[in-house]
Amino acid sequence: MKLTIRVWRQKDSADRGRLVDYQLDGVEPDMSFLEMMDILNEKLILEGQDPVAFDHDCREGICGMCSMAIDGVPHGPEKATTTCQLYMRHFNDGDTITVEPWRAAAFPVVKDLVVDRSAFDRIIQAGGYVSAPTGSAPEAASIPVPHEDATKAFDAATCIGCGACVAACPNASAMLFTAAKVTHLGLMPQGQPERQQRVVAMVEQMDAEGFGGCTNTGVCTTVCPKGIPLETIARMNGDILAALRP
Amino acid sequence: MTVNLDSSELFTLGDPVGDTKAPQVPIEQRWDDRRFHGKIVNPANRRKRSVIVVGTGLAGGSASATLGEAGYQVTTFCYQDSPRRAHSVAAQGGINAAKNYRNDGDSIQRLFYDTVKGGDYRSRESNVYRLAQVSVEIIDQCVAQGVPFARDYGGLLDTRSFGGVQVSRTFYARGQTGQQLLLGAYQALERQIAAGTVTMHTRHEMLELIVSGGRARGIVVRDMVTGEIETHLADAVVLASGGYGNVFFLSTNAKGCNVTATWRAHRKGALFANPCYTQIHPTCIPVSGDHQSKLTLMSESLRNDGRVWVPTAKGDTRAPGAIPEAERDYYLERIYPSFGNLVPRDIASRAAKNVCDEGRGVGPGGRGVYLDFADAITRLGREAVEAKYGNLFEMYERITGEDPYQVPMRIYPAVHYTMGGLWVDYDLQSTIPGLFVIGEANFSDHGANRLGASALMQGLADGYFVLPVVIASYLAEAPYGDPAAADIDEAVQSVRQRVDKLLSVNGDRTPDSFHRELGQLVWEYCGMERTEAGLRKAIGEIRRLRDEFWKRVKVSGTSEELNQVLEKAGRVADFLELAELMCIDALHREESCGGHFRAEHQTPDGEALRDDENFAYVAAWEFAGTGSKPVLHKETLEYEHVHMTQRSYK
Repeated sequence: MKLTIRVWRQKDSADRGRLVDYQLDGVEPDMSFLEMMDILNEKLILEGQDPVAFDHDCREGICGMCSMAIDGVPHGPEKATTTCQLYMRHFNDGDTITVEPWRAAAFPVVKDLVVDRSAFDRIIQAGGYVSAPTGSAPEAASIPVPHEDATKAFDAATCIGCGACVAACPNASAMLFTAAKVTHLGLMPQGQPERQQRVVAMVEQMDAEGFGGCTNTGVCTTVCPKGIPLETIARMNGDILAALRP
Repeated sequence: MTVNLDSSELFTLGDPVGDTKAPQVPIEQRWDDRRFHGKIVNPANRRKRSVIVVGTGLAGGSASATLGEAGYQVTTFCYQDSPRRAHSVAAQGGINAAKNYRNDGDSIQRLFYDTVKGGDYRSRESNVYRLAQVSVEIIDQCVAQGVPFARDYGGLLDTRSFGGVQVSRTFYARGQTGQQLLLGAYQALERQIAAGTVTMHTRHEMLELIVSGGRARGIVVRDMVTGEIETHLADAVVLASGGYGNVFFLSTNAKGCNVTATWRAHRKGALFANPCYTQIHPTCIPVSGDHQSKLTLMSESLRNDGRVWVPTAKGDTRAPGAIPEAERDYYLERIYPSFGNLVPRDIASRAAKNVCDEGRGVGPGGRGVYLDFADAITRLGREAVEAKYGNLFEMYERITGEDPYQVPMRIYPAVHYTMGGLWVDYDLQSTIPGLFVIGEANFSDHGANRLGASALMQGLADGYFVLPVVIASYLAEAPYGDPAAADIDEAVQSVRQRVDKLLSVNGDRTPDSFHRELGQLVWEYCGMERTEAGLRKAIGEIRRLRDEFWKRVKVSGTSEELNQVLEKAGRVADFLELAELMCIDALHREESCGGHFRAEHQTPDGEALRDDENFAYVAAWEFAGTGSKPVLHKETLEYEHVHMTQRSYK
């Protein structure tokens, strides 16, 4: 395949940034999207140009590090798929593919396609945990967890923290990310003692980081590579109402 | 039989090394005795003691959180943008623990025995026994953190079987156990960051160890965003930086995984043990072309219900569904009737290689075997199979474009884990006082082969339960005085010179091109099967490639910015040194054991043939300069509790 890759180039956080076109030949359908970017970068290095900086690590869809908006869609056209798991067989010869970083005020661009997502860590710091210091744990089998609760908790806990939900949201809201953790811990018996303070603290932190509000567009769940359902947001809203009720 | 290798040619022999820290009491009492007799630090004094932790996977994340909870001043580093992304996150199958909830005869003794046997009698009994003891506490701890383990319909914890064992002791969270355990540790870590006990530095890479007065006193790091070179000092340094599987270029490791932290410590005096013990995982998605940048593992748990086969006839290119039952060779079930598809990883991997070498492999290039779920779907129903393995099946389909509910998966072995690592004693301390090494980065628990679901167990055992105890004894003796300015300066200057050197070559080959070439060499000659001639050739080629690297590498950009090419080049430079030591280790070990298979040493039916008389030792290597002969220090392995036999899974 022969492609035109239109990439966001931005030298550092102070630079204004711009889209630059690169022609790329010899792309195979069995290549992953990031392998295609690797080839582009190898070419740029040998031509003495600055290669495109992008985040990636596990390349198997679980670490949450890769973060490209492809033709305007976080992680590209395939459902429930991270950028690293997207294959070039979903594109056609002659395509022009636009690649941009996550766009959100709370995720400032560091360089090219690399953004700073540390706001997510700070939301977890605010309360996304169970206070269970090492050594304090009771015997694991002492509290049964209904199969269905464990399954639903897992479905929420499967969030990889990539930030696609924020990047897709017209308000750059982090509700789906925050709600996923609130839901996971709120469904487990171990998460009950801190349930109310957790949801309040995490939502306050989310607001303080500059993420927008939720207007229920639902686009977050459509781009979520792990398919975190929109109900998690409803559940978090229920929890926060319960916590704030006098 | 004696060692027939002329040792003076590639290495020299040094003094033996030994563990002096395990108490001399019966093995069941050793850990209790160690805990009781070791010094501890008064809670009020802990905030005056500082610890650096490098890496935030299961080992580093859990250690940082636990040391923070204890009240020490902890400074933690990771190269990713968040500690939650460390590669433990990708572990799929599960975590072992001797809970015996199934009442199937499991016990601490059995987990200990299985692990020593699985490691082909090349691990240290004291450490493994402790691992088995601590395993039960790990599950308690993770459940208390809210980890959503799989539950049965009574709400109790579910378990499954894994390769190399006959009991069901593997706890799991669908196919994402590593992710869930890591998030548990990550959340505990973030809680401590908020509490101010842990200072976290993301996007920082350790490039040098600071040793002063004979003790590890700090590290030199590069801020990967600004390029600034920083020094961080502490009373002790903990390396939890993972394994070195990426020396093969293609592996199941994350792209950023590297050996630099441990290699830099090795160059500063820490012994590197058993580098040739690398694990090839039998169930990965086969390579699809030259562009391939990494390999993806399909959890070994799939072997519980999937049946491995190839066509009986060579060169049979029919679609799998068109091959009748009578013309299929379920070779693992045939050769190993009692363990069948659940033989340990090294055995399953080599068996796959053998059938492909015979010309019976399937898929492009003939480097693949089938993993077939048709029987399981008939027996359990599609829904049950989906509940157990749904996400793995989806991942397979995403990568290959084939539906494993309809067509058998194609799998092939790939490098997955490295058992070798920095040598540590029972206190997880390296040969540099004050330098502790935990998780995959050390060599201690898995011998020559790791059993499935034991990496998560070891990472968390080290981080949550072992390190916090053993490091306290070291910190109780602190402070050790200010590190000398000259020692700090020397470390910083060496980092600066190296960065400048990488940038100044300005040649015509990218770091990745060197990495690929190195990976091919190591895979070919120091992979699933090794020979004397192959290893000798590899050593020569690696030296040539290393020379070429420093003459022809091209690193674009500058050091004062985010520069991923520079990061990559530094890592490849260290892999080029490690690879030579791996091959020397593999060449000197004139036996086959676990993941180390020397073609010259096999039983008549092709199984690994150990030489306990001459090689029942840990090979701990001392650095003597790049390209200079390393010094071999042997730690003799004594088996008091497990009788060494030839492993048989037949």
